[in-house]
Amino acid sequence: MTQTQEQGQHHPISLYLKIWGLLFLLSTLSYLVDYYQFAGYLRWSLIIVFMLLKAGLIVAIFMHMAWERLAMVYAILLPPLCLLVLIGLMASEAGYIFDNRLLFFSQG
Amino acid sequence: MAAHSATPAGTDSPTATAPADGWSGVTQDWSSDQDAFKQVSSGKTMMWIFLLSDTFVFTCFLTAYMAVRMTATEPWPNTSEVFALTIAGQHMPLILIAIMTFVLISSSGTMAMAVNYGYRRERRKTAVLILTTALCGAAFVGMQVFEWGKLIEDGVRPWGNPMGAAQFGASFFMITGFHGLHVSIGVIYLCVIAWKVLRGNYERSGNYQNVEIAGLYWHFVDLVWVFIFAFFYLW
Repeated sequence: MTQTQEQGQHHPISLYLKIWGLLFLLSTLSYLVDYYQFAGYLRWSLIIVFMLLKAGLIVAIFMHMAWERLAMVYAILLPPLCLLVLIGLMASEAGYIFDNRLLFFSQG
Repeated sequence: MAAHSATPAGTDSPTATAPADGWSGVTQDWSSDQDAFKQVSSGKTMMWIFLLSDTFVFTCFLTAYMAVRMTATEPWPNTSEVFALTIAGQHMPLILIAIMTFVLISSSGTMAMAVNYGYRRERRKTAVLILTTALCGAAFVGMQVFEWGKLIEDGVRPWGNPMGAAQFGASFFMITGFHGLHVSIGVIYLCVIAWKVLRGNYERSGNYQNVEIAGLYWHFVDLVWVFIFAFFYLW
C-alpha cells in the first residue's frame, strides 16, 4: 500500500532492464518467424502470441499499469474490446466483398 | 454531517483510510462522485484517455488495412522481400524493419529508466536518458524516411505498385506515415520535457510526474509499432 500512496513509482532499475531484455528476445523470435518462412496457422499464431506478450509487458511494466488501481485499469483496458466487434464485422464484410469480386471479375 | 460519515477521516489507522482493493475497490472508486481515479493526477488521467482514443484511431487504420487486404483479388506483395536489404553482399529479408523495431524498443527502455531516475530526483541522469530516447526516436524516423524513399523509388504509390495488389501502397503510407508522425511529435515533446528537467522546473515543484506522463506517450508509440510490425510487416 505504501508504494501506491507515495508520489510516483519506485522500482529497481534492474526490473526495467529485465523487461528490456525480454522485449529484445520476443522481437528476435518474431523476426525469426519471418526469417525461417513459417507459413499458415503456425506463422499467424506465433506472430500473435509474441505480439500480445510484448504489448502486455509494455503496458503492465513500462506504463506501470500493473500498479494502478483496478478502477483505472478497467477504464482504459476494457473499451478497446469494442474494437473486436468492428474487426469481426469488417472481416465478415470483406469475405463477402471478395466473393462478389471473384464472381463479377470472372464474368469479364 | 451525513455526507462525510462514510469516510473515517478522524482515525489514524492506515487500514481505515486505505481504499479497498478488488471489485469492491472498483465499485467504491466509481461511485465516489467526481473522483473515480484515486491517486492518479488529472494530467496522467488525460494522457491515458488520449491514448485510449488514439488506440481507436490506429485500430481503425489497421482494420481498414485488413479489409482491403482481404478483398484484394491480386496477390498481396511479399513484405519479407519488399523490405529486404542487401548488406555487405548478404541478402537480408525484412532487416531494416527489424533494426527499427530494436531501436524503438531500446528507446522505450531508456524512457522507462528516465522516469525511474526522475522519481529518484537525479536530474542529470533523467535528462540524459530522455535525450537518448529522443535520439533513438529521431533515428527511427530517419530509417523510416529511408524506407519510404526506397519504396517510392521501387514504384510504390498510394494508387498502385509493380509488386501486386494496388491497396498495398495506400495502407503502407497511411499506417507508417501516421505512426511516424506520432514518433516525430514524441521527439519534440521529449525534448521539451528534457529541457524542463534540466532547467529545474520539476526540482522546484518537487514533482517529476510530467516525465512519467511523457513516458506514457512514448511507450504507447512503441506499443503501436508492436502491432504494426506484427500485422503489416510479418503477416
